[in-house]
Amino acid sequence: MFEGSEVRPSYGQVHASFEKMGADEVRLRADSLASSYLEQGVTFGVEGEERPFPLDIVPRLIEAEDWDHVERGVRQRVLALEKFLADAYGPGELFADGVVPRETVVTSPHYHRVVAGLEPANGVRVHVAGVDLIRDGNGDFRVLEDNVRVPSGVSYVMTNRRALSAALPEVFADHRIRPVSQYSQRLLAALRKAAPAGVSDPTVVVLTPGVYNSAYFEHTLLARTMGVELVEGRDLVCRSGRVMMRTTQGLEPVHVIYRRIDDEFLDPVQFRPDSALGVPGIINAARAGHVTIANAVGNGVADDKLLYTYVPDLIRYYLSEEPILRNVDTWRMGEADQREEVLDRLDELVLKPVDGSGGKGIVIGPAASKEELEELRTKILLDPRAWIAQPVISLSTVPTLVEHGIRPRHVDLRPFAVHDGDDVFVLPGGLTRVALPEGELIVNSSRGGGSKDTWVLARPTDPDDEGDAPPTATPVTGISQSAGPALDGDVPELQVHEQEQQQQQGDAQAGDRTC
Amino acid sequence: MLSRIAESLFWIGRYLERADDTARILDVQMQVLIEDPGMDEHTSCEQLLSVMGVENYTGHPNRWMMLDLLAHNPESPTSIAAAIGAARESARRARETLSTDIWAAINTTWRGLGTARAMRAPDMFNWVRNRTAMISGIADSTMSRDDGWHFYMLGRSIERVDMTARLLSTAALASGPQVAWPTTLRACGAYESFIRAYRGIEADRQAAEFLLLDRWFPRSIVSSLAEAERALGKLGSAGQRSGFSDEAQRLLGRARTELEYRPLTDIVYDLPVEMERLQRSCAAASDAVSARYFAESEMHTWRGGVVL
Repeated sequence: MFEGSEVRPSYGQVHASFEKMGADEVRLRADSLASSYLEQGVTFGVEGEERPFPLDIVPRLIEAEDWDHVERGVRQRVLALEKFLADAYGPGELFADGVVPRETVVTSPHYHRVVAGLEPANGVRVHVAGVDLIRDGNGDFRVLEDNVRVPSGVSYVMTNRRALSAALPEVFADHRIRPVSQYSQRLLAALRKAAPAGVSDPTVVVLTPGVYNSAYFEHTLLARTMGVELVEGRDLVCRSGRVMMRTTQGLEPVHVIYRRIDDEFLDPVQFRPDSALGVPGIINAARAGHVTIANAVGNGVADDKLLYTYVPDLIRYYLSEEPILRNVDTWRMGEADQREEVLDRLDELVLKPVDGSGGKGIVIGPAASKEELEELRTKILLDPRAWIAQPVISLSTVPTLVEHGIRPRHVDLRPFAVHDGDDVFVLPGGLTRVALPEGELIVNSSRGGGSKDTWVLARPTDPDDEGDAPPTATPVTGISQSAGPALDGDVPELQVHEQEQQQQQGDAQAGDRTC
Repeated sequence: MLSRIAESLFWIGRYLERADDTARILDVQMQVLIEDPGMDEHTSCEQLLSVMGVENYTGHPNRWMMLDLLAHNPESPTSIAAAIGAARESARRARETLSTDIWAAINTTWRGLGTARAMRAPDMFNWVRNRTAMISGIADSTMSRDDGWHFYMLGRSIERVDMTARLLSTAALASGPQVAWPTTLRACGAYESFIRAYRGIEADRQAAEFLLLDRWFPRSIVSSLAEAERALGKLGSAGQRSGFSDEAQRLLGRARTELEYRPLTDIVYDLPVEMERLQRSCAAASDAVSARYFAESEMHTWRGGVVL
């Protein structure tokens, strides 16, 4: 909200509304926001425990032009990654043309040879993508990582909006905010379009690892808002290359599975034989073209942080376009000269494991001890392929309500995109995660992070974008409500008097028989 | 619908009804203990625990122990706290099929348990009755009358038969029936209906008859059995020309006709034994429903290429 001590122009109205409300009122509303999340069970799991997902009362605002840029950039990236995955699991032209070394792809732990040559029904592998962005010192959005396996968090985008509009109705009324409620319908439409050929009315399900998964809340919300079944592995069974679910009427066929289980747990026949989460035979059913798995198995190679360093090249190679969103500068530890430079400057840089997610294993040089850095150096030398290095970026901050009032806190942004084969839809906004501890640079929810409702402001000229403001209905008039028998108020006084007398007589007669 | 979800809905129905009825039964028991000074606390608590199927306890049963085992202690499987916890867990597993309203109502109830357990006993029972009534009200007005609803109603009705049977046993066992029967009727919310139906004549036999056989009163055993049969009827697809292929329907139908067509004197002659028989029918019917609809998914474990 502030730039130096000045209020950033886009936050003007929000700031004014908060001033008007006063600190106590803001605090009161923030408390009721928190308790409404507890009641609705808007939670995520940390080590088996359900915790409410903290939502900050101060929204994050993104101007229309800024969003336009992000939207085009995310779309471009998703399309390039689609082409990359199709190529890497198909003809492999990019290797022949020397864009990315074959080594880089096939050594990724997320590369699954078992799906090589598998053609997805409508050519889509990235049905859903979440691209993590940060704003650097210049205010430019930069891509931090791509998530095209099972990106999570979109449920909080939807619930945050509903909760915040209840908490700050007047602030909503002052802005035209692009809506987020259409996500589930977009997703369902994309999943239906991905159905195996010849299936005109596909049965779509969401596959969850179960109630103990940290994102279980999200799985239920997606299934509920799409109106499809939420299944666990044990609800499904493969019969002659088809996937069926157990219902009270017997086995029924399933055509599209929006899975929220990692590849390695999906099919004990192909992957971990000890896993009971998945469905034996599901990969064969997909290979036979009887079922579509979304997102596609093996997408993890595109999430690999080493591959990330090649994405700008991939955009140029496949789309013949310049990247709209820039990467964060990155050194590849597999390349000797880059590695040497980094090893000299370990205490200035951020080192990330290439297959880590959720901030796991990240070492922030300036914050690390000598021993930690030495340990890191050994690890890098042992397995250089497993690491990348990036400069410490001063993440942008957004005003946030903390214990001592409204203070700047670091944020990132995960916009969500849905690819239906014809178009990439980018949900306006996305999940803003905020690092609640002061100075904390990792904004992950498992590290005490919270979230913010992210408002993409509509252009004043957008004609068909009504924003999320509640629609005003025209009241129907002309039909009066029916009423029950006349109440005492309508009874003539004389009659009331008579009733009172009768009442007393009745009482006297009942006498001892009161119960 | 998914077997697993159907099972969850069935058990949401059962657990919520169980919490409600346990609160009602305890309310009766506490009232009787207070109002009837001649009563032996130890025996009556022991009897209640046995009626509720609690056998593993140590020490001399008294009212505090009874309250702990049947109301407060979430570790005790027969307690109200455990029933609400289990209902909430079932609801969490069927989250995507429940309306947000029902889920929030169940979740809020579960979250309120801590406060409720600190209340005075009658207040807690009242709270439980209010919360469960609110949840069924929301369910009634927000759930589609699809299979999910029928499973929920089936669970609720079977549990109600079972618990009303236990309630009747408790009343019959109580040493001071003058107090027990009116209190029992009150616990069922049946007192006014009963007074109206029998024009103010109060007698144990009539009270038992009312709670067993009244077709119009929704908590009576016969109307709960009929409700369960109706739900099963909606779930079973094709109408049969003769007999019943559904085991649960056969069991419940037989239990109902045995009550309806036998002389009342026979039934009330040894009410606790009759009620125990009814409870066994409920358990068998519940098993039959599980076997037919929930069929515990063939446990598959995958070891070295063979499905075990």
